[in-house]
Amino acid sequence: MLGFVMRRLIQMVITLFVISVISFMIIELPPGDYLTSYISSLAATGESLDQAEIESLRKQYGLDLPLYARYFKWLWGVLRGDFGYSFSWDRPVSELLWGRLGMSVAVSALSVAFSWVFGFLIGMYSATHQYSAGDYLATFLGYVGLATPNFLLALVLLWVIYVTTGVNLSGLFSREFIDAPWSFAKFLDMLKHIWLPMVVVGTSGMAGLIRTLRANLLDELHKPYVEAALSKGLPENKVFWKYPMRIAMIPFISTVGWSLPGIFSGETITSIVLNLPTVGPLLLGALRSQDMYLAGSLVMFLSFFTVIGTLISDILLAWVDPRIRLE
Amino acid sequence: MKRKEFQEEKFYYASQWQLIWWRFRKHKLAVFGGIVLLVIYTLAIFCEFFAPYDPTKYNSRFPYAPPQRIRFFHEGKFMGPFVYGYTSTVDLKTMRRVYKIDKSQIFKIKFFVKGDEYKLWGIWPSNIHFMGVESGYMFLLGTDRLGRDLLSRIIYGARISTSVGLVGVFLSFILGIIIGGISGYFGGAVDNFIQRTIEIIRSIPTIPLWMALSAALPLNWSPLKVYFAITVILSLTGWTGLARVVRSKFLSLREEDFVMAARFAGASEMRIIFRHMLPSFMSHIIASITLSIPGMILGETSLSFLGLGLRPPVISWGVLLQDAQNLTAVALYPWLLTPVVFVIVTVLCFNFLGDGLRDAADPYANL
Repeated sequence: MLGFVMRRLIQMVITLFVISVISFMIIELPPGDYLTSYISSLAATGESLDQAEIESLRKQYGLDLPLYARYFKWLWGVLRGDFGYSFSWDRPVSELLWGRLGMSVAVSALSVAFSWVFGFLIGMYSATHQYSAGDYLATFLGYVGLATPNFLLALVLLWVIYVTTGVNLSGLFSREFIDAPWSFAKFLDMLKHIWLPMVVVGTSGMAGLIRTLRANLLDELHKPYVEAALSKGLPENKVFWKYPMRIAMIPFISTVGWSLPGIFSGETITSIVLNLPTVGPLLLGALRSQDMYLAGSLVMFLSFFTVIGTLISDILLAWVDPRIRLE
Repeated sequence: MKRKEFQEEKFYYASQWQLIWWRFRKHKLAVFGGIVLLVIYTLAIFCEFFAPYDPTKYNSRFPYAPPQRIRFFHEGKFMGPFVYGYTSTVDLKTMRRVYKIDKSQIFKIKFFVKGDEYKLWGIWPSNIHFMGVESGYMFLLGTDRLGRDLLSRIIYGARISTSVGLVGVFLSFILGIIIGGISGYFGGAVDNFIQRTIEIIRSIPTIPLWMALSAALPLNWSPLKVYFAITVILSLTGWTGLARVVRSKFLSLREEDFVMAARFAGASEMRIIFRHMLPSFMSHIIASITLSIPGMILGETSLSFLGLGLRPPVISWGVLLQDAQNLTAVALYPWLLTPVVFVIVTVLCFNFLGDGLRDAADPYANL
């Protein structure tokens, strides 16, 4: 087990390194360097920098260095918690990052929880009531859930809620609570809003879970050992929960890892549609104004969280299923 | 008895593709999906002909006109298909145009009518449209802010949106088959390296990455260039799934008796790969290609919706959905959401078709 964890940790470090390279590439992608666009945006508002200031900024961001040296300079900053400067917000990226990322992780975690609970219940029902009306309904909804991209679902639900109740559920808080300090009332208000992104982001993952759980359970339910246990007179309920269920549960742990990129992906675009105070709108804004330090850091952290989440789910999986760690 | 024997005999003589077809045919939902997709792609290929109007034609008299219903009876009398006209007034309080059905205006719908001039595929000039009205107007799915016919725009958008899937998948297919093939054929360190790379690519959330890459496209590029750039971006992450399928098939087929036999018979490596191995897993590849097209279509739709992909005047479903970003506009003019239906139906049908193909891909299983 320890060996397995070590191996996965080393792999993770390599993955994080590659992700940092890709993020740096994103920062460097737009034509021209950010200083030029910064200076031109300043010029547009009538301000100007003198040559000495430009030179000092050039030095500070290492724009006179070759590409690889710039990368290592940037990486060194990242390791110390300095992610560069956001020109459009006029603040260091690190100040903007954490609050938004926290919200993103919270919404994503809730979505995973939602897809687990409902995926589990519906999948179990589908498998134990195979070919019933409920099973067909679940299968159909699963298909539609897989086919409907998050942002379209968000758009349609937002519209349906607005037309039927007159409430605009976009955002995470009602207007009077946006800048209010945390209180119980604010928390309740958040609960009123957060279920929508939770359901929207959770459905696509849930559809996959229902399908795998149903298929796995159906495979297990007809195996000889289940028949043997039943023929020995064990109560049906006990047999079901004790054996096939435990094996069929494995995808719940293993798919979290694979589904995390999808969840973060879905969360990004859903929060843009729903205008949540998470990473999505911030990233879109940063990309539109070519605020590349901010954009690159956001992509990097979303990927980091995915990788760490995958690692945790892999370790959990190895712990639950000994076949994996012995591979 | 005799008949059954004959059928069994037919079964044993049948070629692999024949067996796949028989199996696929049994999958009703997949056949249905395939037929719907054929219809959608036909509309997309001949969109100039099927769209009732020129999708860029402004109509200042009918901004945000609601969809007209096709009717057959006028005051109890059968008339054939027709639509009623509108009388519109401007509500002076909200400054919005209000439309009322005017039963005195009847516009009969005809097939193969003369309408807006167009050039089919930009080559052959014509003005014959599949359906339309000779006098008056017909907005079966309503109009947008500028009074452009939404049905025509959706049909034109289908050409871009559905072809992005095909072009993107074609690129991923090439990358996937080469890289997956190398990985599976050589095995060892090469395989290990490629597999780790694939894992890393798959661990990056796709939408943020796509957003970042497409935001870097220069604004002055021509629509055609942007279109190809978007498909390249989509396939940069899309090839990994196909590469995995190809690799696993290579690994399992390498040990098969017929590959061994070919090798003993002195066949070259290239011949073994292309003559013996490729045909036997082609069906699996077609199935997984079909299942990866929806991701591409949704990718383009998402990017264009966010304003980072294709931009007007190009018409794609994602571009059309940009109009639906404003909740108050959607609440007043819900028909702006109709492109959603087309996106979902297309993706759903690809999933049905792909599932059916995947089940049929291995016709020798569970004989």
